[in-house]
Amino acid sequence: MKVLMLGWELPPYNSGGLGTACYHLTKALSKNQSVDIEFILPYEADHKIDFMKVTAASKQDIDTFLLSGNAYDSTYFYNLAKSQSSNLNGLSLNEQVNLYEEAVASLVKDSQYDIVHAHDWLTFRAALRLKAQKKWPIILHVHSIESDRAGTKHGNPLAREVEAISLMMADRVIAVSEHTKRKIHEDYNIPLDKIEVVHNSIDINDIEPLDLDNAYKYISFMKKFGYRVVVNVGRLTIQKGLPNLLNAAKKVIEKAPKTIFLIVGSGEQYFELIEQATSLNIGANVLFADFQRGKNWRDAFSIGDLFVMPSVSEPFGITPLESVAYGTPAMVSKQSGVSEVLNNCLKVDFWDIDEMANQITSVMLSDPLRDSLLINASSEVEKFSWDNASNKLLNIYSKHTSEAMA
Amino acid sequence: MNKKAIVLYLHVHQPYRIRHYTVFDSAVYHNYFDASYESDTSNERILKKVAEKSYLPTNAKLLELLNNHQEFKLSLSITGTVLEQLEMWAPEALESFKALASSGRVEIVGETYHHSLAFFYSKAEFARQVDMHKQKIYDIFGQTPAVFRNTELAYNNELAKWADDNGYKGILAEGWDPILGWRSPNYVYSPINTNNLKLLMKNYKLSDDIAFRFANHDWTEYPLTADKFSHWLSEDQDATNFNLFMDYETFGEHQWSESGIFDFLDHLPKEWLKTEGHCFNTVSEVIDNFTPVDQIDTPYTVTWADTERDLSAWLGNPMQASTITDLYSLESQIIETNDWSLIEDWRRLQTSDHFYYMCTKWFNDGDIHAYFSPYKSPYEAYMNFANAFRDIRYRLMEKGVNL
Repeated sequence: MKVLMLGWELPPYNSGGLGTACYHLTKALSKNQSVDIEFILPYEADHKIDFMKVTAASKQDIDTFLLSGNAYDSTYFYNLAKSQSSNLNGLSLNEQVNLYEEAVASLVKDSQYDIVHAHDWLTFRAALRLKAQKKWPIILHVHSIESDRAGTKHGNPLAREVEAISLMMADRVIAVSEHTKRKIHEDYNIPLDKIEVVHNSIDINDIEPLDLDNAYKYISFMKKFGYRVVVNVGRLTIQKGLPNLLNAAKKVIEKAPKTIFLIVGSGEQYFELIEQATSLNIGANVLFADFQRGKNWRDAFSIGDLFVMPSVSEPFGITPLESVAYGTPAMVSKQSGVSEVLNNCLKVDFWDIDEMANQITSVMLSDPLRDSLLINASSEVEKFSWDNASNKLLNIYSKHTSEAMA
Repeated sequence: MNKKAIVLYLHVHQPYRIRHYTVFDSAVYHNYFDASYESDTSNERILKKVAEKSYLPTNAKLLELLNNHQEFKLSLSITGTVLEQLEMWAPEALESFKALASSGRVEIVGETYHHSLAFFYSKAEFARQVDMHKQKIYDIFGQTPAVFRNTELAYNNELAKWADDNGYKGILAEGWDPILGWRSPNYVYSPINTNNLKLLMKNYKLSDDIAFRFANHDWTEYPLTADKFSHWLSEDQDATNFNLFMDYETFGEHQWSESGIFDFLDHLPKEWLKTEGHCFNTVSEVIDNFTPVDQIDTPYTVTWADTERDLSAWLGNPMQASTITDLYSLESQIIETNDWSLIEDWRRLQTSDHFYYMCTKWFNDGDIHAYFSPYKSPYEAYMNFANAFRDIRYRLMEKGVNL
């Protein structure tokens, strides 16, 4: 079966979970001999991937490409279009979407595929074009929708329009969680039985091992004096609910003064969050470490006593699983997809600052709670695998390819 | 014709569940057990519900059976914590228990007042709670227990020795195969190294047929009728006593009225007593009527829960083990305060249910429905408990105790 995948990013050039999920899904799918995947990206780079063919839709390199904004910047692409396309001589995100659609259409002009599988709205127009021109069935995989990225507000009307039309036209819609499935239904009136949930996952074997020496020296030092550490890794954007976490942090530190909050990530709320921490007078306890990759990224998870993901709306949210894999239990918002698959974690409503503070403080004050959460979450996460997701996808593929042939 | 007795023993208990009690409540509010009426942890709401679904209809049925069959008898254990709650919130249900006892054919079994695991942490505190319970049972039912059961039927040689030394004539335990070996639970035994004590061991297969499998449509024996059940018992030619031990709430709560459980109860005496020589015995009667056939050695603790039949459901994980150790570590300071409300709150926290709610064994498999708890997760149960315990410490320190 020849599968044409349309995606916006792959590791190591990913800005978030979208690229990671695409990578692991295609890798698990490729284990199946009968599946032959070509993955078309909007930029040119070497991803060191050998299990499928990765093609660039256009000649631009990754740095030029990112001037247009990343996969999560849908909400701001008007501004980017104004500020960046004129000043830096780059394209707006909207122009990138158009460019990708044209390029994909001409790339596959003379090819034959059995099915098109597209990831998130940026690639949906290209998928729709192929459905119209080639009559190939299209599977649209929703890793997030505009109201998620915008943090429960409506967001960008152009992105919403693309989502509304293409999800309606799709042969099948895949959501990364029940949470996302419900939101797709609520936002776009897509019938629930057209939407299949394929949860993201984690493969413990893919986790890069830690080395003995943690990169966060100051925090390691403070831990020797009885400090406990709360970690958040993610984009500093409205969707992620960090202002609530800082308000909770204020209450936690009053009860458990030896608590450090480590915030790893960047985004449009970066400076605003620093200001908030200082005006709450907890600046000394809140460390902002910017966006990190590799060792610094892994070590951030591992130095924590508790990982927190307070997202306002999180279609899936893979970081709590990564955190458990690196040895730190998690607290997640109930408004997240991951809360549907991980039992042994703390769960809190993103708006419930008192309860968030209560749960975090409880872990800071109790190593038995931290350890029990970790032991049980670890044995849960060990059983996770992307194979379940790829098996579900294969089922969906075969249903739609056979229907197309009939 | 040999005499054969059914020994029906029912255990009545409700804990004081801890409300959603946060770190911000510690050192401010001391009302750990006072959830709002609508909440999942409202003791008053739960007690009223259980009284309506189980205690009242079951007692009505039992009283009817006692009136209709002079041969019908049973034994009950009722914890202090449920008696208090019945007094406060369901006095009519308490009256119905009293009515059973005044028939003279319902024996009350002794245990700890607070349904605690104190025996394994403090013998002195354990003895105090057993005495409290003895007094309460005497005040309400006019009986003094002669047979003992420990919380969760947690039993070992040491407990048997304690019961023997303290004048009990009998004690109850799980009829667990590794302890019984080739022997059958359907006889009276004596525990090793005791003088006058006799041991009754639960026939868990027959008991669980009623308590767990009764309404299970996938069970090959479904539906279970009193006729069929009596027939099974008759098949064991030499047995003297069938120890059917279970939670009282089996009737109407674990097995709903719609399952036919009350009809089963209704027909059991009639079906069983049809055959000459068949009878019902209370726990004391069976001990008086039969000579022990063998000695039982129980070097390690056996309980009536789980496939493991040990204490791991209560003490198996670090959250459980650390909280219970911390709780008992305050014993002498708490008792010395002579502050009844503080001592009582400390004792209510000893109730084994709190530790059971923290059990993570089943939670792992995502089998949350099998998880019998008012909390959404064992972690939530732990956090509420830990915060309540912090407040207990605070109250001690407020009194000038150095911790």
